[in-house]
Amino acid sequence: MIKVSSNLAARVKDTEGFNAGACFHCGTCTALCPLGYEMLPRKLFREVMLGLEEKVRARIPQIFSCLLCRMCEKNCPSEVHIADNIRTLRCLINRQEFGLK
Amino acid sequence: MPLPIAPILGIFADNLRKRDSVLPLSKKTAMGWANGLNLPRGGKTVIYTGHVYQMIPAIDAMASQMALLENSFLTRFFGIGRLMNKFVSLSFFMGLTASSEKMRHSNQVLRDIVGLLRDAGVEFGYLYEEELYAGALVYDDGMDETFGHHARRVAERLKKLGVRRLLTVDPHTTKMFRQAYPHFVKDFDIEVQSYLEVLAQAHPKAMKPVNGEVVVHDSCVYARYENVCDQPRELLRAAGLSVREPELSGKSTHCCGGPLESLFPAEAHRISGIRVDQLEAKGKNVVTMCPFCWVNLNKAAGDRLVINDIATTLASCRRQASSCS
Ligand code: SF4
Ligand code: SF4
Repeated sequence: MIKVSSNLAARVKDTEGFNAGACFHCGTCTALCPLGYEMLPRKLFREVMLGLEEKVRARIPQIFSCLLCRMCEKNCPSEVHIADNIRTLRCLINRQEFGLK
Repeated sequence: MPLPIAPILGIFADNLRKRDSVLPLSKKTAMGWANGLNLPRGGKTVIYTGHVYQMIPAIDAMASQMALLENSFLTRFFGIGRLMNKFVSLSFFMGLTASSEKMRHSNQVLRDIVGLLRDAGVEFGYLYEEELYAGALVYDDGMDETFGHHARRVAERLKKLGVRRLLTVDPHTTKMFRQAYPHFVKDFDIEVQSYLEVLAQAHPKAMKPVNGEVVVHDSCVYARYENVCDQPRELLRAAGLSVREPELSGKSTHCCGGPLESLFPAEAHRISGIRVDQLEAKGKNVVTMCPFCWVNLNKAAGDRLVINDIATTLASCRRQASSCS
């Protein structure tokens, strides 16, 4: 069973500038990302917004793989701050999972 | 096993807190490039290297060692490595295998930047041992408390020294000072310009075409964070070169893979390989404007491409022009 944590969703939503909620899942970002992972960033954002903590935890390597290159962001029709959102997720993971501040 | 993320990030954060840099450098490595240039100490306007070019040889050496460790049983010892690193800087020892040829290259790029700025009539000083790393890796990897603490230290030092304007030499340091510091340092009001913007503003005199052709590789950070796209092209054209655009250039540039070097070296190599193919399709002579792009693309290209930092290219055009006149 997938653990749903309102905690994760609540914490990211509370973070200033985190706007993955504006994503309407068009998939432009995923198609353009040089990494070519099917979950980055569209699916990841959906999992984060739904608070699927276990799923997000399993994505940690991909979250730290993002190049922060903004190729996706430049073409996002919904002006989602994709790279900054991913950096925000790193901050939360560092604190929550790795004990790094 | 893949490289373990937490202990590696931990080493970077510990180093920044304890040693002022993710990769502490000796004074000779950090400042040796300026020997004999007679740069005035300090001043209102200073060139700011942020130690990035100087770190490249050590980062490159470390990345090669990490690539050997990736998927080896030794990855499980990184936790112990972090513990040891609190007492002796492991990254410093790993960096000792840095190639002296790459060090000479980095130093020469910085010297060429100084030469170009001086030719354009720009006056500036240098902070020598007072200069600190800006903190990009720790910021990008999301360790905001450590980054914020460091950023405030750097900003306080700049204030104490009376610095009002920074001339940065790489995109990552530019981005840190322009986009991250204002969020972490109250009233951060130092003007920050990349030397490429400064040179372009000085409207360099057009030189005779030298019949050279270069393929431009934009840095993602310059192009999509800092809006530095036109300036390198203007400067290259003014230097008499014709500029070729690869598939995905300017604001749509393709990353060199550099940001992945420390945690996912194999993936970094895959991404740089894709970019090398795109560049090669447009020509053999490539110009980069970020030291990470330079080192990563070089590694992936081998002898398929001749890759030069834009400062090297611009300075050599000026030298050619002055020897002809
Ligand atoms: S491009 Fe923007 S709106 Fe479309 S899926 Fe990606 S983040 Fe969502
Ligand atoms: S910023 Fe990250 S998710 Fe977006 S295109 Fe670059 S690597 Fe992919």
